Amino acid sequence: MSNTTETKETPYKPTSPNSKLDFASIWEYAPAPESNDHVEIAERYELFIDGKFVKPSKGRYFKSTNPATKEEITEFAEATQADVDKAVKSARKAFNGEWSTLAPKTRGKYLYRIARMLQERAREFAVLESMDGGKPIRESRDVDVPLAAAHFFYYAGWADKLDYAFPGKKPEPIGVCGQIIPWNFPLLMLAWKIAPALACGNTVVLKPAETTSLTALKFAELVKDAGVPAGVVNIVTGAGQTGAEIVNHKDIDKVAFTGSTGVGKLIQKSLAGTDKKFTLELGGKGALIVFEDAPIDQAVEGIINAIFFNQGHVCCAGSRLLVQEGVVDLVVQKLKDRMETLIVGDPLDKNTDIGAINSGQQFDTINSFLEIGVEEGADVYQSKCSIPENGYFIRPTLLTNVAQSNRVVQEEIFGPVLTVQTFRTADEAIDKANNTPYGLAGGVWTDKGSKIFKVGAGLRSGVVWANTYNKFDPTSPFGGYKESGVGREGGLHGLAAYVNLKK
Amino acid sequence: MSTSDFSVSTPIDQVSVEERVARLNKRSIKKESKVQALKLALSMMDLTTLEGKDSEGKVVQLCQKAKLPYAPMPDLPKVAAVCVYPTMVRTAKKHVKGSGIQVASVATAFPSGMAPLSVRIDDTKFAVDEGADEVDMVISRGAFLSGEYNLVFDEIAAIKEACGKAHLKVILETGELHTYENVRKASDIAMEAGGDFIKTSTGKISPAATQPVTLVMLEAIRDYYYRTGKMIGMKPAGGIRTAKQALQYLVLVKETLGAAWLNNEYFRFGASSLANDVLMQIVKQQTGQYQSADYFSVD
Repeated sequence: MSNTTETKETPYKPTSPNSKLDFASIWEYAPAPESNDHVEIAERYELFIDGKFVKPSKGRYFKSTNPATKEEITEFAEATQADVDKAVKSARKAFNGEWSTLAPKTRGKYLYRIARMLQERAREFAVLESMDGGKPIRESRDVDVPLAAAHFFYYAGWADKLDYAFPGKKPEPIGVCGQIIPWNFPLLMLAWKIAPALACGNTVVLKPAETTSLTALKFAELVKDAGVPAGVVNIVTGAGQTGAEIVNHKDIDKVAFTGSTGVGKLIQKSLAGTDKKFTLELGGKGALIVFEDAPIDQAVEGIINAIFFNQGHVCCAGSRLLVQEGVVDLVVQKLKDRMETLIVGDPLDKNTDIGAINSGQQFDTINSFLEIGVEEGADVYQSKCSIPENGYFIRPTLLTNVAQSNRVVQEEIFGPVLTVQTFRTADEAIDKANNTPYGLAGGVWTDKGSKIFKVGAGLRSGVVWANTYNKFDPTSPFGGYKESGVGREGGLHGLAAYVNLKK
Repeated sequence: MSTSDFSVSTPIDQVSVEERVARLNKRSIKKESKVQALKLALSMMDLTTLEGKDSEGKVVQLCQKAKLPYAPMPDLPKVAAVCVYPTMVRTAKKHVKGSGIQVASVATAFPSGMAPLSVRIDDTKFAVDEGADEVDMVISRGAFLSGEYNLVFDEIAAIKEACGKAHLKVILETGELHTYENVRKASDIAMEAGGDFIKTSTGKISPAATQPVTLVMLEAIRDYYYRTGKMIGMKPAGGIRTAKQALQYLVLVKETLGAAWLNNEYFRFGASSLANDVLMQIVKQQTGQYQSADYFSVD
């Protein structure tokens, strides 16, 4: 047709020999950065103990960087034994004081207030989360912050209904809870920990991860603004040593930890022989099982969400793709083409699909796994997208031609790296999916409902998603089998972890 | 290539399709990429009038608009085509002559298709003889829904033959097909039977074009391309009234099929009121201000 437009000059030319389709030319999205001039980041953040911001006893601070630019954005206080002790004492005082005996509906009132204030300040929290942790604003805005608020709303509702939660038993608060959270969902994990603990009448000492402490300290400001009694929420910053001080403190009644399986094992060892309760949410190596009768285009979309959500820094990420042999070529082709449309870059750009790797350390870990993959004989496919020169960025990656015995298939990589294997029968898929020390989450794609239940029941996995992946809701329990953890968070099950049940 | 067994359905997951569309709608199109997309949308438009009261005068006006959508900005792209009833093809052809604008004619007892095949073939031949460059046919939805897929296939093939050199757009009337799996199946039948374009709707049935339906059709086109290497065009029609919607459709095309489809040989908007909203947005991007709707001709 002779109607000329600016599109006519560029002839059709695929960007990659691996992809038949060309997603890279003709019409590009202009940068659409979310403004961050409305957020305030202080030069330094102190510890939050007994309702006040206090300096660390040894006066030491550590820097925090924006992983997308490697620029230092602020510094956090390093809490040592004396600070942790102070925080635990303050939490104990608050617990023995009014908090544990407060009218349940009043506790609920505080939680509702926190939830509403999180919503009011949602944009600020989302921007900070993306600046501090590298996750795309689309996710912090649409997932992390709304879900964090939803957890507070949900558990606020339970606060005055605990007597009905466990029929025939009387729930009582446990006491002071030491909570240690990871860097992949800083605010959301904080909400998972603090909301049920407070709803049940406990007080908390929480340690955010050292690379992503910013939103926890902002949350401390919010707790103060909400008028929550002093000492109910204490936030201490620091690295592993600070966490160990919390775990080993003699006046902690319960430890809640989310993080790596390695650290989880250390915690469980040090808790052995004590009467401290604990819940552990650890690593995973989730399997995505795609049958040949699945809606393939939608399965591909599910795979993308399973592995590339939050740069693959998700304990329940689906990092092992198992495809029925008959459709593996089609699925891999579609996956590669879909990966070409993923935009990697500035976490604050509204169009970014994959942001920055959280830290230099994790960046090195992921890259070393890619080298291991190559040594093990895997074929590495990465999308062709451009990535920023500064900062820690890794292109979405497929490892094909891998075996069940490979380290890249067995070990958690915690990055945007997906291995692809095949299977022939449902039993083989179940066996391969279960052949891992982990058991946190998995996904099944098939058009046949009965197959979903058969395969789902066969998976030794805390969560099984059917024809979707990475869906979260406060009402739904979450937790692992085997080395993926002990206990459940979320829902009614999540309440049980924060109460002692009396007859 | 042998013809597919159309009694076998390609599964489509409704929830995931709608989630995918919702995610694509979050793409933020700003500044120069917005201007570029608006101009692209204008160049992809099938400016349409399909009313019982259409007259020569009305069609002449439409052709003028097609050639010069907004007089104060003569450098803007022309639209791709004007779309009219068969009896208006001659008039349209005369008034777009030399402009490069195509004349598309609905045919085959549009919009219901409820006429004998011979009548529909004659309708098509008449439109082509009058000078139509493109024919927009409707499929027999009744036959489709009662499972007579091969009949639907044969009818499309027959109309394709009657079209001769004219391009054939196959209207599925997705609002009457109800499920995404039916949309997918009808798309596959239309492509294999020789359609050059697949098109959502007549505009006479509600719902007309929707983004999830369009995504399902684009994915069908992609699978057909994977299998055969042949590129089929896509035309959502009906219900697309705002520039914002048009940009969302373009995002769907860009991220499903890519650059090769982002031109008016492979993508069209069937719309009557969309042009003015796109024009208004283009003027807004250039001047920073919205003009009154009265500054844009209603044709």
